[in-house]
Amino acid sequence: MKRRTLLAATALAIGFGGAAFAQDKTKVGFVFVGPIGDGGWTYEHNQGRLAVEAEFGDAVETVYQESVPEGADAERVLTQMALSGADLIFTTSFGYMDPTINVAAKFPDVKFEHATGYKRADNVSTYSARFYEGRAVQGHIAGKMTKSNIVGYIASFPIPEVIRGINSAYIHAKKVNPDVEFKIIWAYTWFDPAKEADAANALIEQGADVIMQHTDSTAPLAAAEKVEGVIGFGQASDMAEYAPSPRVTSIIDNWSPYYIARTKAVIDGTWESVDTWDGISTGMVGIGEITDAVPADVKAEALAIKDAIGAGEYHPFTGPLKKADGSDWLAEGEVADDGTLAGMNFYVEGITAEIPN
Amino acid sequence: MIRLEKRPTPSRFWMAATPLLAVALTMIAGGLLFAALGKDPFEAIRTIFWDPLFNEQFASYSRPQLLVKAGPLILIAIGLSLGFRAGIWNIGAEGQYIIGALCGAGVGLAFYPAEAWYIFPLMVIAGALGGWAWAMIPALLKTHFRTNEILVSLLLVYVAEQLLASMALGAMRNPEGGGFPGSRNLQQYPAASNPELIAGTGMHWGVVAAFIAVIFAYILLNRHMLGFQIRLTGESPRAARFAGVNPTALTLFCMGTSGALAGLAGLFEVSGPAGQISIDFNQNYGFTAIIVAFLGRLHPIGILLAGLLMALTYIGGELAQFMLGLPAAAIQAFQGMLLFFLLGVDVLTNFRIRFGRSEVA
Repeated sequence: MKRRTLLAATALAIGFGGAAFAQDKTKVGFVFVGPIGDGGWTYEHNQGRLAVEAEFGDAVETVYQESVPEGADAERVLTQMALSGADLIFTTSFGYMDPTINVAAKFPDVKFEHATGYKRADNVSTYSARFYEGRAVQGHIAGKMTKSNIVGYIASFPIPEVIRGINSAYIHAKKVNPDVEFKIIWAYTWFDPAKEADAANALIEQGADVIMQHTDSTAPLAAAEKVEGVIGFGQASDMAEYAPSPRVTSIIDNWSPYYIARTKAVIDGTWESVDTWDGISTGMVGIGEITDAVPADVKAEALAIKDAIGAGEYHPFTGPLKKADGSDWLAEGEVADDGTLAGMNFYVEGITAEIPN
Repeated sequence: MIRLEKRPTPSRFWMAATPLLAVALTMIAGGLLFAALGKDPFEAIRTIFWDPLFNEQFASYSRPQLLVKAGPLILIAIGLSLGFRAGIWNIGAEGQYIIGALCGAGVGLAFYPAEAWYIFPLMVIAGALGGWAWAMIPALLKTHFRTNEILVSLLLVYVAEQLLASMALGAMRNPEGGGFPGSRNLQQYPAASNPELIAGTGMHWGVVAAFIAVIFAYILLNRHMLGFQIRLTGESPRAARFAGVNPTALTLFCMGTSGALAGLAGLFEVSGPAGQISIDFNQNYGFTAIIVAFLGRLHPIGILLAGLLMALTYIGGELAQFMLGLPAAAIQAFQGMLLFFLLGVDVLTNFRIRFGRSEVA
């Protein structure tokens, strides 16, 4: 009996020894869908990683892998990261959802955080940002600024997040400019400078003088810069190198506070699986400086929208709103619920394009 | 002075030795690259080539993964090598891989949620047929209208990619997926899934099929009349015609076989490691397999080894990225070097290096 206890104790000691060793430094892993130098989506996630390092110094070690394809490869990368002793892993693209869930099931002691997905587990949290709040501000500016009344929109994939952005931008452009028309090109990529530039040029040729993008590179802005009178917006990152024009403002994803808070929770042992969807109010969605290329009154209105959303006084999806098929969606004064927004698969009335399927 | 002297016949020794030399040169040049990036080159090379196989922290997981990654590469490369040997250039294996996956997954999803033993075999047949049919387009255009199969097969890749996107967003979209693109996960549908056959080995039906393909290709090329015709056509098309080889039949056979094998690879991938049809399901296996085929000297055993080596650089490269913080681009450059050196040292097979002054004849 005693001997068995001793054996058990030894086994425990070894087990804990290993764990204690790993806990010397909290290891935080990041899996990126693009290169960290994309200047957009992945760049901002990497800024968040650097913020974690700056905040905790020697108490944490961060590792990352860039340009990881979404699919079977992601599962292997995640497994290897977990095997290497990571305590917390952020998977920063929608396509990592199933791999994250699969690997999390194999490593119950490792915490996972999946961006923009909808599947959770005891050790998997999800987080995303209400980018559509920023789109409302951009839509307002786009509606006021366009002279041709054609707004070009470079969309990535027809998923709810992107459709939400299109709807939010359209609603607010239409509000200030009833003649506005949206032309949408689906690039089927998050990051492909050549494709994005092609899309931007095609939209400009079709008469668009405002280009909005839901892809991550600066290529659309570079294309807009070449044509007089065409403006665009920074996406995911400030893209200030194109200010004051064509980049007149931007949506900035600021993941740093969230990453720091979640890392702290792991260090303190208080981490729990949560679903986070923050916007302008917490600073997860930032609006880049509105440049002087925008008239002062338009700028003031845009900032007022931003402040109203941030204060919770205004919701970008407030009725009366109809769906593109003519059916009623929101009654006067009614506000969209998060469930509908999370699964949004329809355009609002007035967008003449079709969602590809 | 160094000069090259043509060998009367290609050197058998160098034919076998150049791949090894190319790997060695890649390690040296790669080491210099890593050193220039401020990383310890020995540690980097060790992480890429040694750790996935023998590091006790990772090896038990990454060794089986080697088979998972190499399986489709080998399966596709074997098919391609048959055509390449006969001078028939199927560059569009990527497209055939996609169509195979779509057809196979389509059959599986059509049966959902039925449970029956025959579903998976039907999917396998559909996958092979899909890849075969997609390869038949450039093959028939070549035999009937003398179009260039390189261009047609390559351009059909982009058509296949569009079809894939449309399927992932439309017909095959998971109705319970909350509006997100991508099909149901076949891993969670037992009758249609291609699981690991023996836990912890990485062996799934695709890997089994790859091994079988290696054996069959070896027998075909060395023991069979058709194999002889393939080799003869590649070495001397005129002689082949005199020997009674039917070029039309050979083109159809080589294109069809490579298409079917690529389709199978796609089917095994979508029902196994990948699990679902998604917009970017294809991972360039079809293109990488071209490198594998040449790295393996278009020889079945060579392809087997080359596929494993290529998989090793992928898996080791991933480890090196997050263990040592090497950028992804450095790993890709490293893989590119491998092909570059392979083609570069190829000259040794056909030429002899002579030092000193040239002799006056």
